[in-house]
Formats: sequence, structure tokens, C-alpha cells
Amino acid sequence: MPESLTKFIFGRLTLESLPLHEPIVVVTFIVVALGGLAVLGAITYFRLWGYLWREWFTSVDHKKIGIMYMALGLVMLLRGFSDAIMMRLQQAIAFNGSEGYLNAHHYDQIFTAHGVIMIFFVAMPFVTGLMNFVVPLQIGARDVSFPFLNNFSFWMTVGGAILVMASLFVGEFARTGWLAYPPLSGINYSPDVGVDYYIWALQVAGVGTTLSGINLICTIIKMRAPGMTMMRMPVFTWTSLCTNVLIVASFPVLTAVLTLLALDRYVGTNFFTNDFGGNPMMYVNLIWIWGHPEVYILILPLFGVFSEVTSTFSGKRLFGYTSMVYATVVITILSYLVWLHHFFTMGSGASVNSFFGITTMIISIPTGAKIFNWLFTMYRGRIRFELPMMWTVAFMLTFVVGGMTGVLLAVPPADFVLHNSLFLIAHFHNVIIGGVLFGLFAGIAYWWPKAFGFKLDPFWGKVSFWCWVLGFWFAFMPLYILGLMGVTRRMRAFDDPSLQIWFVIAAFGAVLIACGIAAFLVQIFVSIRKRAELVDVTGDPWDGRTLEWSTSSPPPAYNFAFTPIIRDNDAWWDMKKAGYRRPLSGFRPIHMPKNTGTGVILAAFSVALGFGLIWYIWWLAALSFVCLIATAIGHTFNYHRDFDIPASEVAQTEEARTTLLVAEGARA
Amino acid sequence: MASTAITAGSEPVFHLEEEHAHAEGGSTMLGFWLYLMSDCLIFAMLFAAFGVLGGNYAAGPAPKDLFDLGLVAVNTTMLLLSSITYGFAMLTMDKGRVGATQGWLAVTMLFGLAFLSIELYEFAHMIHEGATPQRSAFLSSFFTLVGTHGLHVTFGIVWMLTLMVQVARYGLIKANRRRLMCLSMFWHFLDIVWIGVFTFVYLMGMLR
Repeated sequence: MPESLTKFIFGRLTLESLPLHEPIVVVTFIVVALGGLAVLGAITYFRLWGYLWREWFTSVDHKKIGIMYMALGLVMLLRGFSDAIMMRLQQAIAFNGSEGYLNAHHYDQIFTAHGVIMIFFVAMPFVTGLMNFVVPLQIGARDVSFPFLNNFSFWMTVGGAILVMASLFVGEFARTGWLAYPPLSGINYSPDVGVDYYIWALQVAGVGTTLSGINLICTIIKMRAPGMTMMRMPVFTWTSLCTNVLIVASFPVLTAVLTLLALDRYVGTNFFTNDFGGNPMMYVNLIWIWGHPEVYILILPLFGVFSEVTSTFSGKRLFGYTSMVYATVVITILSYLVWLHHFFTMGSGASVNSFFGITTMIISIPTGAKIFNWLFTMYRGRIRFELPMMWTVAFMLTFVVGGMTGVLLAVPPADFVLHNSLFLIAHFHNVIIGGVLFGLFAGIAYWWPKAFGFKLDPFWGKVSFWCWVLGFWFAFMPLYILGLMGVTRRMRAFDDPSLQIWFVIAAFGAVLIACGIAAFLVQIFVSIRKRAELVDVTGDPWDGRTLEWSTSSPPPAYNFAFTPIIRDNDAWWDMKKAGYRRPLSGFRPIHMPKNTGTGVILAAFSVALGFGLIWYIWWLAALSFVCLIATAIGHTFNYHRDFDIPASEVAQTEEARTTLLVAEGARA
Repeated sequence: MASTAITAGSEPVFHLEEEHAHAEGGSTMLGFWLYLMSDCLIFAMLFAAFGVLGGNYAAGPAPKDLFDLGLVAVNTTMLLLSSITYGFAMLTMDKGRVGATQGWLAVTMLFGLAFLSIELYEFAHMIHEGATPQRSAFLSSFFTLVGTHGLHVTFGIVWMLTLMVQVARYGLIKANRRRLMCLSMFWHFLDIVWIGVFTFVYLMGMLR
């Protein structure tokens, strides 16, 4: 074949693009490929494709989409954590002239991929999944405002994840750090496909995130059950609202700034170049205008989880509901006024740095108020130390340390010393693991029985809990110390042998965390095996307070047979106290949205489009773009998107639950 | 805590007897507003980039060498007129007159196409003169901001065409009215953005 033809068909994709010279990647590929084949084979063998397609992939049910988001987050957590433990191992052994086992080319990709994956494809799907599952149930709704859009958003997130995963085996990932600062990420210094993978993966996933943000805001504003005023919304719903406002108000900034970077790389414009008037610092400003709200996007919903968990397991109404809501809103607003603290060293001058230092310190006030609210909720409560509550207490102890080191970093003169050091790394892992991840585990343990109808096994949960908590402290406290000693981040090898012991301790911590993840997987496996023992037919295993506990576990497709009327915060608690009896007759047909495969198809074209752009396969990019638009337009010609669940079917479902409840009552 | 209990007789009522129907498309307007605001942020970023880089000519051409305000004024008129005619389309839609609605949509589309043609002519002219997007940061940000607006107008025209087919096929049914309303908001939004472009890029550029 003539060279020009190959170039036309494959762009810059050649056999040399496959990292066959990197034994670690090859072995990983073989393992992943075998694992993947085993999964695909099993699905085929058990004839599950039809079931998965009809009941899950094309589902517009917010509960199923929520669960799929969680599954995506879990899978990507394994990938992101593999990167983490590889880095820890490298840093623990690369002393005394040893180069470790990772070459610079590979190591730089690993720390970039670790950051990108953990933020965009672990934390975001987990958080979005939790909100998707819980919010409509908490507000007494049947589904979200735009069910099809919800399915589409999910698949776009998957599409982004697929592109990142592809970069491991086809080509390479960015070697720029997780925010891809130019000029390093410009075409001159990163001519390969790594940064392009980064750009298009985030653009594809970003579309999904923005749309799901719009969707959930509309849901919370428009779909609340009658009587649920804003100040009667559960705190988790409030924090979700604020998070989604942040998503809609910040992700377009990311989209715009990545588009400008892409233009610099593809078209040769001069936004962030060093010459022709470009300004690389503008990129840093713009991306942090997205980036700082992003960290609050991650943590706010978990503040909601902790609020729900604390009040449920203390058997008390949440202390200071109103102040909790206001604190959340204040954090939402303030999160836009602090972005410059990520680059005090840029040299904006004393006044600008002081302003951003002070706004940053102010954020600790509403956050501190929240901590006190949780403590006062526990005070004189009958605390049940179930798994979610354990995570909550661990969070409070851990997160406070992270918060205080954050305030330390907010002092510009201190930041000049600590900037880019491992102290910073320790700080943000302290708040993201201690806050976001602990919160997610609390949330998963708390709502698992709602999603599946049986509790998680507490023994393996506790094993996972202790491994994670201790592992975190072992892994990151040494990094604070190293940071104070001036060790900078993203180093592959070290000269000073006296530092090695700290890295060895940190690696030990990472191993403990690995055990924590393994125990979590075992917990899920064991719980599924023992589901008969762990079953909960009441739908209210924790003596809950909010509306999601009033329906069955798992909830029926329509969530509530009758739309509830809300009289108080903690609606379900109020209903229980007032002697609520489940209605047993008078069911009506329920209007529900239909499933559709369009979301999957659109996301698949988006991935093809991204792949074409990454490898300069222009025909593929053009073709998939045309298909994308055509499919989207075609979809709008479908006007019949909903159907009615007949009253008889509702009655049947509800009767089945009645039978179960009666049997349970007789057993008790 | 006192609550405004919704009670029937003495027993508190905890659920609606009737199916509580959220009107179909009840969230669409809010959702579309939110989308427009997110799009507005993208433009805000492009304006900000232009604000920072707009004076960085890199010894290349400056606005005074490039812009023909007469041409831009004609172009602006095209877009503003298209907004008025879209307004007429909405008025006739409210009266349920399919033919008139389609007619005004067609007129709107023609104005939109005229706008795009003039813009493309302007771009081609500039590039011909050597004022390419690669020439300087000023030109990069100029082409990106104005071009993004132009892409939005293009998208709006494709959307309008789709809606005209759908109105022709299914008439002014509720779903189609809602869609026309969304496109209306989108179209006027682009007008407002253009006023920003005209003011900050072209007029202020000439003063620079």
C-alpha cells in the first residue's frame, strides 16, 4: 500500500504506536485482555447481552443509571489505584542511584493518568451516580426531569473513560500532569497523541457531566413532591442542588479552555504559546476557574451524605438544618472566589494574593460550621456505630486535618515555600480521600440496601474500613513531612537517601489501602452470596428519616405508587410518627418514559469522533461527526417517548410487597 | 415543629389520590435556560480571552487595518432582522397558523444565511490579506470568538430546518411549539451575544 493511502486510512496510527517495547504495559494489556475476554465470554455464555441491553444499557430509570455510574466509578478506581501503587513503589525504591522500575516516559504518564482518572472517572461518576440514585427518591419523584438525557450523559462519561483506557494500549497518555499546563501541553513540547487523548476524553465526558448537571437542577427545582418546600428538602438534596449549580457554572469553562488548547494544537493558533502574543498563564487561570469549583462539586454531595448518616444513626433531627443549608450555599459561592490560590507563585502581586488568601481562609468558616453541626447532632444522640457512621466519624477526624493544612496553604508566604511540594499532595489527598472517598463508602453502605434489598456484610466492611483509614494515614502523613522538608511532587528518583524511609512508610500505606479495596470487593461478593441472610424487606433498614426509605427496596420502576405529600423535614420520620399506613388500593396508571438505545449510539459515535481526532484519522472524524448529528436529529423525530404502567401492574407490584411485609411481620 | 399540615378530617394525608402528573416538558424551559447560561459561560470565556489577548498583535495587523465597519453594520442588521422575523414566527405560531409560521421561519433562515455568508466573506478576505488565526494572539481570539458565534448560528439554521420539517409533518403540536420556543430563545441569545461581539470586538477594536 502506498504511504499516502496508509496515512489517509490510519492517520498517524502505526504499529509503532502500540507500546510493545514497554513490558509492564504489555503484561497489563494481556491481563486486561484476558479479564475482558472472560467477562465478555461469561456474558455471552449466560446469554446476558439481551438482558443487559434491554434492562440496563438503554434504561432511562434514574436508579439503574445511578448504579451503572457507581459500577463505572468502581472499575476506574481499580485503574486509578493501580497507577497510585505503581508510583508509590517507584518512589520507595528509586534511591541510591537506583532508577526504580519505571522509565521517565512511563512514569510521567502514570501520574497524569492517576490524577485525571481519579477526578474525572472515579470521583465524578461515584458522586453523579449517588445523586442520580438518591435525589429523585428523596424528593418523591418518579424519575429525573429529562430521563433520556440522563442515559446519554452516563454513556458520554463512559465514552470519556473508554478513550482514557484506550490510551494505555494504543499510543500513550499525556505526560503533563493532570491539568496539562501549556506550553508543556502545546504541540511543540508534546507532539504525540497523549495530550490529544486527554483533551478529547475530557471533552466527551464533559458534555455528559454538564448535561447531567442541568438535568438534576431541573429535577430538584421542578419535580419535588407537593409540600416539599426548599427548606424541607433533605440536606443531601440541597448539597446535590448546589453541586449541580457548580457543575453547570464551571464545566463550560473547562470545555472552553480545552477547546482553546485544542485549537493551539490542531490549528496552530496562539492562545497559550510563548510567541505571537500568546499567554500560557491565561490557561492556568481559566482552568482553575473550573478546577476550584470542581473540588467542591466533589465534596458537597458527600457533606450531604454525612448529614443524612449522622442524623439517621444518631436517631435525631439534624442539628442546625438551616445553618447547614446556608453553609452549603456560601461554600458554593465562595468556591468561585479562590481559584488563584492554586498559583500564588505566578506573581500577581501582594494585593491580589492577599485577596485570594483571605477568601480561601473564609471558606473554612462555613465548613467548620458543618463539622460542629454534625458533632451537635451526635451529642446526646443514641449513636449506632453501623458502617456508614464509622466512615462518618473517620471522615470528621481525617478531614479536619486536611482542612487545617488547607488553611496553612492559603497563607501566600507559606504557599511560596510549600507550592508544588508533597505537602500539597498530602493536603489534597487528605481532603479528597478523607472527605470524598470516605463519604462515598458511607453513602454506598447506607444506600446499598435501598438499591438491592439487602445490606452489605458488616465484617468485610469493617476490614475495608480499617485498612482504608489506617492506610490513608500511613500513606499521606509521611508526605506532609517530606513536603515540609522541601521534596517536590512528580519526582521519579531521589538523591537524598535519608528520605527513603518516609517513602517506604507511604508505600506501606498504599498496600494497606490496596487491602481496603480488596476487602471492599470481597464485601460486595460476600454480601451477594449471603443476600438471603442480609435481606431487608421493610425498605427501611436503618430506621431512616427521609422519603427514600418509605418505598420498597429495591424501589419499583415508578418509585412511589402514590406521590407523597410532605409536611415536615425528615418526611418519612414524620410519616412514621403520625402513624402512616401504606395505601393498599386505588392505584392509578403511572406515566413513565420509555427506554432508548440512542444514548449508547450517540456516545459510541462521540468516541469514534474523538479517536479520529486524536490520531488525525480525518475521514473517521468527519464520518462519525455526520453520524452523530444525523442520529441526534433522527432521535427528535421520535415523539412517542413514554408509556403508562397499567394500574393492574402497579397493584400487582404493591401486593407482592404487602405479602412480603406481612410475612416479615409474622416472622418478627 | 409546627407544620402546615395538609389534613382531610382528622387523619393526616400522606399521598395524593390522583396520579400526580408533571406536565410533559414542564422542565424543558428551565432546562433550556440553564443550557443557555452554560453556553453563555463559554462565550464569557472567549470574551475574556479576547480581552486578555485582543491587543497582542505580534507586529501583525490590528483591528484598524482589518475591520470594515460598514460591512459589519450590514451583517449586524441581518442578524437583528432575523430576530425580529423569528418573533413574527412565534406570534403566528401562537395563532396556530402553520403556513405563516413556516414562512417567517424561512425568512429568518434566509437572514441567518445572509449573516453567515457575509461573515465568511469577511473571514476569507482577512485570511487572504494574511490575517490568519495563526498570525497573532489577537487574531486567534478574534477568529475563535466570532467563529464560535458563527458555528452557533449554523447550528441554529440546521435546527430550524429540522423543525420546519417537523412542523410540516406533525403540525403545530405541543411538542413542536415547545421546540420552536427553545429555538427562539437560542436565536435571541445569539443576537445578544452578537451585540457584545459588535461592541467589544469591532467598535472598541477600532478605538484601540
